Amino acid sequence: MADMKNAVAAPGQGGFDVGAALKESGKAAFVAGLLGLPLLALKADNFGSKLGLVYRWDALFIAIAAVFVGRFLMILLSGRQKKSEGGVFAAFGKGIHNNMALIGLAGLAIGVLLPVVYPDRYVIYIATTFMIYVMLGWGLNIVVGLAGLLDLGYVAFYAVGAYSYAMIATQFGWSFWVVLPLAGVFAAFFGVILGFPVLRLRGDYLAIVTLGFGEIIRVILINWTDFTGGPNGISGIPPITFFGLPFKNGDHGTFASFFGIDHSPVQRIIFLYFVILVLATLTNLFTQRMRKLPVGRAWEALREDEIACRSLGINPTNIKLSAFALGAMFGGFAGSFFSVRAGFVSPESFTFIESAVILAIVVLGGMGSQLGVVIAAFFVVILPEVFREFEEYRMLLFGLAMMVIMVWRPNGLLSFREPTIRLHPKKESA
Amino acid sequence: MLFHDLTRPGNDEIKVSDDSLLEIEHVTMRFGGLVAIDDLSFTARKKEITALIGPNGAGKTTVFNCITGFYKPTVGRVMLTHPRKGRYYLERMEGFKIAQQADVARTFQNIRLFPRMSVLENLIVAQHNALMKASAFSLAGLLFMNRYAKAEKEAVERAKYWLNKVGLYDRADWDAGNLPYGDQRRLEICRAMCIQPAVLCLDEPAAGLNPRESLELNELLLGIRDQEGVGILLIEHDMSVVMQISDHIVVLDHGRKISDGTPEFVRNDPTVIKAYLGESDDEDLPQTVKNDLARNAGKDV
Repeated sequence: MADMKNAVAAPGQGGFDVGAALKESGKAAFVAGLLGLPLLALKADNFGSKLGLVYRWDALFIAIAAVFVGRFLMILLSGRQKKSEGGVFAAFGKGIHNNMALIGLAGLAIGVLLPVVYPDRYVIYIATTFMIYVMLGWGLNIVVGLAGLLDLGYVAFYAVGAYSYAMIATQFGWSFWVVLPLAGVFAAFFGVILGFPVLRLRGDYLAIVTLGFGEIIRVILINWTDFTGGPNGISGIPPITFFGLPFKNGDHGTFASFFGIDHSPVQRIIFLYFVILVLATLTNLFTQRMRKLPVGRAWEALREDEIACRSLGINPTNIKLSAFALGAMFGGFAGSFFSVRAGFVSPESFTFIESAVILAIVVLGGMGSQLGVVIAAFFVVILPEVFREFEEYRMLLFGLAMMVIMVWRPNGLLSFREPTIRLHPKKESA
Repeated sequence: MLFHDLTRPGNDEIKVSDDSLLEIEHVTMRFGGLVAIDDLSFTARKKEITALIGPNGAGKTTVFNCITGFYKPTVGRVMLTHPRKGRYYLERMEGFKIAQQADVARTFQNIRLFPRMSVLENLIVAQHNALMKASAFSLAGLLFMNRYAKAEKEAVERAKYWLNKVGLYDRADWDAGNLPYGDQRRLEICRAMCIQPAVLCLDEPAAGLNPRESLELNELLLGIRDQEGVGILLIEHDMSVVMQISDHIVVLDHGRKISDGTPEFVRNDPTVIKAYLGESDDEDLPQTVKNDLARNAGKDV
């Protein structure tokens, strides 16, 4: 640590301490070597029927060299950046910050035009997945970003929403459009159930209890076989309809015949995409509006200082429960969308890793930042798809990207907060 | 009435003088074996500044926490006579309701603002309950109804009034955490005033202020007393503040009240001087020590 500080401090004093930087880089390279020896240099492989070791010294050498150079550049850059008060990145961030409404509209326009420009099955499919995560991120942002309640079990509400539609639709044959609001209500109800026992908890303790809650829901889904179908899940979930008109081949009462066009399977996929686009946009608009209302402001105040809130006569119980309930509600909406799209749900879709990914989207994006969630969801959902060719290194690169973001911007990509109300017009240089 | 509200005594039940605001009666607070407050009684009157002073660890902040609902006193009664709403037994009320219903506002020894919210937002959050009522628990606001817009406008006007008073108007859009220390102290007082309190409890408002800022604080507090007509209960170590603005001083030491009266009275009270400065002479020293001192004195001469 001491070496690093010297290296960083040196540029301010005039020169750049190359020796200290080299020493620090050497240390990092040494650690990389230690880690890389079992991870990279040795590889178990099949030789006919026997298992043997393959030695890959070249890979190890490349890794060590990359770490050495990378660390050296990092020290060099961090020294430079200190000088210019955050550097270009901060200025870039401010630029985003000052044109938030414009960027939001542009994003929406891209979202709407995407199926027109690329009516491709695969592209729309990925975009739909992306929008689901954006919506989940925005929902969780209410709980984590605004109210400051660290929730590691958010996927439970996603599961409640998904199973609500799956079970009601397969048992009673109700339409998606009827079940969608119901799923939100159920999830909100579960949000309140989770909220009650954790009212007194904060931070790490809260995280552990919510983690437990997420697991309880999943374990119930696995073990209550009669009710939920157990590990086999529920299949044959009715697909989405165009407000009652099914997407299938037929001359009568189908989407295609109603509009007098030829049937194509892509129609349903594009329609699903627009549904999630609308749902996610509504989530965003709702949250943006809530921030300007007493409840939303109380959420943020609660995140800042609960004791001060109590001294101002704010009931912390109601405020926390409303955050849990509303956050869960959007999880429930997204969940029922998930099950209508997939046509199949099983507990495997709602593991802890899903909660972790959604939380990572919120944290990477910068807690409370709506645009940050979109950018982070892009990193988390789209990049692994783009890097599909790298096969097993895909997750390695993904992890690396996350680390780089957190080192580079510890408060998330966009950590600016715009006040919900202003007395004076915004100044560009403020 | 079928159910008698235990937090609201009837007017015929207790005889109190009309100008009493806050009556602390026989309040004792024990933490396990430690007695932080021991049978404390005093009265703070309307439109007066009552100071609570005493050496470190005397239990002043504990008294505040008992009044504002952060602690429940082990024994005793805390009664508020609200100028507009009647009487409340504060020790029977849930913490946040003391501020919500009985309008008791407080500040903290270590400033508790909402640092990553703007100055203006801090003052608007303080008006949460009024805004919740006006917006039908935010529903009216969600539907963009006029009544919420109107209520919010009023809240902003009240915030502006206080910002102008303490000279923070130009910095209304700053993050509260970025303000200089003295301004944060003032903002915290403004925030407490925005709940339109019946009584304002200030825990060491002058701590860390320079002499000029202390003077400004005096003026602000006198303004709150005279123009807003709000009674103030004050904990303070800075005697220049206490002696100049207090109408009435209560002195605590080791959880007990040792003096109670006007500033002149308290200033000249020997028990107060003793508590602050220790023994004025060697009366209480053990006899052996006195003998030693006398012997040594004789030798030196």
